[in-house]
Amino acid sequence: MEHDERVMILGEDVGKRGGVFRVTDGLQEKFGELRVLDSPLSESSIIGVAIGASANGMLPVAEIQFLDFIHPAMNQIMSEAAKTRYRSGGDFSCPIVIRAPYGGGIHGALYHSQSIEALFTHIPGLKVVAPIDPYDAKGLLSSAIHDPDPVMFLEHKRAYRAIRGDVPDEMYTVPIGKARVVREGTDMTIISYGWYVQEVLEAVDAYTQQQQASIEVIDLRSLRPLDSETILSSVIKTGKVMIVHEANKFGGLGGEISAIIAEEAFPYLDGPIVRIAGPEVPAMPYAAPLEKAFLTSADDIRAAIDRLAAY
Amino acid sequence: MASNGTGSAATVSHEAVGDLSHDELRRMYETMLLARQLDERMWLLNRSGRAPFVVSVQGHEAAQVGMAFALDPNRDWLVPYYRDLALVLHFGYSARDAMLSLLARAEEPNSGGRQMPGHYGSREKRFYIGSSVVGTQFPQAAGFALAAKMRGEDTVVVTSIGEGGTAQGDVHEGLNWASIHKLGVIFFVQNNHYAISVPMDREMAVKTVAERAAAYGIPGVRVDGADAVEVYLAAREAVARARRGDGPTLFEAVVTRMTPHSSDDDDRLYRSREEVQSYKERDPLVVTRQRLVDLDVLDEVHESEILARVKAAVNDATEYAEQAPLPDPSEAFKHVYAEVGQTV
Repeated sequence: MEHDERVMILGEDVGKRGGVFRVTDGLQEKFGELRVLDSPLSESSIIGVAIGASANGMLPVAEIQFLDFIHPAMNQIMSEAAKTRYRSGGDFSCPIVIRAPYGGGIHGALYHSQSIEALFTHIPGLKVVAPIDPYDAKGLLSSAIHDPDPVMFLEHKRAYRAIRGDVPDEMYTVPIGKARVVREGTDMTIISYGWYVQEVLEAVDAYTQQQQASIEVIDLRSLRPLDSETILSSVIKTGKVMIVHEANKFGGLGGEISAIIAEEAFPYLDGPIVRIAGPEVPAMPYAAPLEKAFLTSADDIRAAIDRLAAY
Repeated sequence: MASNGTGSAATVSHEAVGDLSHDELRRMYETMLLARQLDERMWLLNRSGRAPFVVSVQGHEAAQVGMAFALDPNRDWLVPYYRDLALVLHFGYSARDAMLSLLARAEEPNSGGRQMPGHYGSREKRFYIGSSVVGTQFPQAAGFALAAKMRGEDTVVVTSIGEGGTAQGDVHEGLNWASIHKLGVIFFVQNNHYAISVPMDREMAVKTVAERAAAYGIPGVRVDGADAVEVYLAAREAVARARRGDGPTLFEAVVTRMTPHSSDDDDRLYRSREEVQSYKERDPLVVTRQRLVDLDVLDEVHESEILARVKAAVNDATEYAEQAPLPDPSEAFKHVYAEVGQTV
């Protein structure tokens, strides 16, 4: 915001409160009530206003308090923002960022825990990123703000408190559409994003301490565009692949990644593609044992690694 | 004059249009006539199988031209809807543009043939591209005005809709935003009494759209949309209010939809021929023409010149568009995302 006066933030409680997760803490004091604008409780208008402001020269970061509450704004996102460039033959664009916390495991119950990112990856015209590393989060946010197209910027809620990392003070960018190879390996590829990168790393570390095996771990970071190149070259190298995400399995990103691998790298596969995903219930329940039952654990992933390695 | 939701008709004296020259008043009428004759030609092309779809402006011309002439096409913005042909013509959309759009030619300026006719958009001419989804334009117009306010510009933003669309939640949300922040938006409702086939008393429990303005703490204005001069005078006040930074206006122009909703609609199923016939008495071309005659603005010489220019423009546009090439199929895959490496 210091570098570019076109950048503005709008959303519920982003001003004095600094966001319910304190993400925008102190920004209104610094940049004023219009550039850090407390919106009415109306998600559709947060996105609609951002679209109009962007068409008239601003670079809005529109905040939706929880991704679970975004549905009233889906029409503005899907019918309007995503199609602006196409429907105007390139005359207008929609350079907005839609920032929304997602995911569960924080006792948020059905309406503060959902992982519905696949809804957005299905829409051409939108970009979707879900960084988990603090360095990536800053770099991708900078890329998203300067991207000429609408970008969904999804942050896993568990990361706010559980993940720490050094972030340089100076400006830098992490490119949208490039996955990160977190661990290099030759025997198996595990693809994940968001919080589950942490769980996968825990399971892989536990496994490799006991087994002479080398597992490659990919953090997708960008869900659309999807870095098929990194995915395919890893699968061609290892021959075995597992995809892990918190979202429901049916119609989830794991299905799309599986299809890409089946289409492009089938001859290299040395086992079935394994998907570890959320159970097929509508959303994460509240009571601690129920929530735990919903969540896939590092132990579950570890067990799946055993099965796939033995295949 | 403009009233606060009561719907009373106005009387306009010679003096009251003093800031509009006679030449401007005649241009107003010419734009209305051009919109009407383009529209009539579009229906002919549709009924002869040459144009797949027409959405009509007939009955709305005076309301749109009255609003348009209160604006400055060099600094104001339109966020229009699909009936706004006369409004965009004033902002520089040409007869050729309209026909290229109808026939979905490659050089069609709104979308390169991607969207149906009536989805107006031109950054250069300052009107925003719309979708077919009704009501979404209200928060977007508030966003346009917010950006202008942040830069200290006195831009006025006019967004249009039919009265049926005012049932949408986005309409409330846009009005709410603009009111809270005193944004320079005119929410221009062209009330033609029907949402395709559903009459007003099945769209809202209030008698007028304008009276809803009270719920937002802003003025609600209701005018006779058949008389371009009356609309102009009321619009001028709403524009002045917006330029002063006093905030938005909910502006209702009472019009008639002289045609079915679109070329795919058959209005005989839901309204009588007598009712449609009665609209001719309030035909905005007839009412506004009479207004100009009464003001000694329009005589036979002017009128024949105007008619000749409009006829020539419509014929030229039709011939030009019919001969213009269709889009190359590869165009279907362009403009999904920005080119790689492009930043804002």
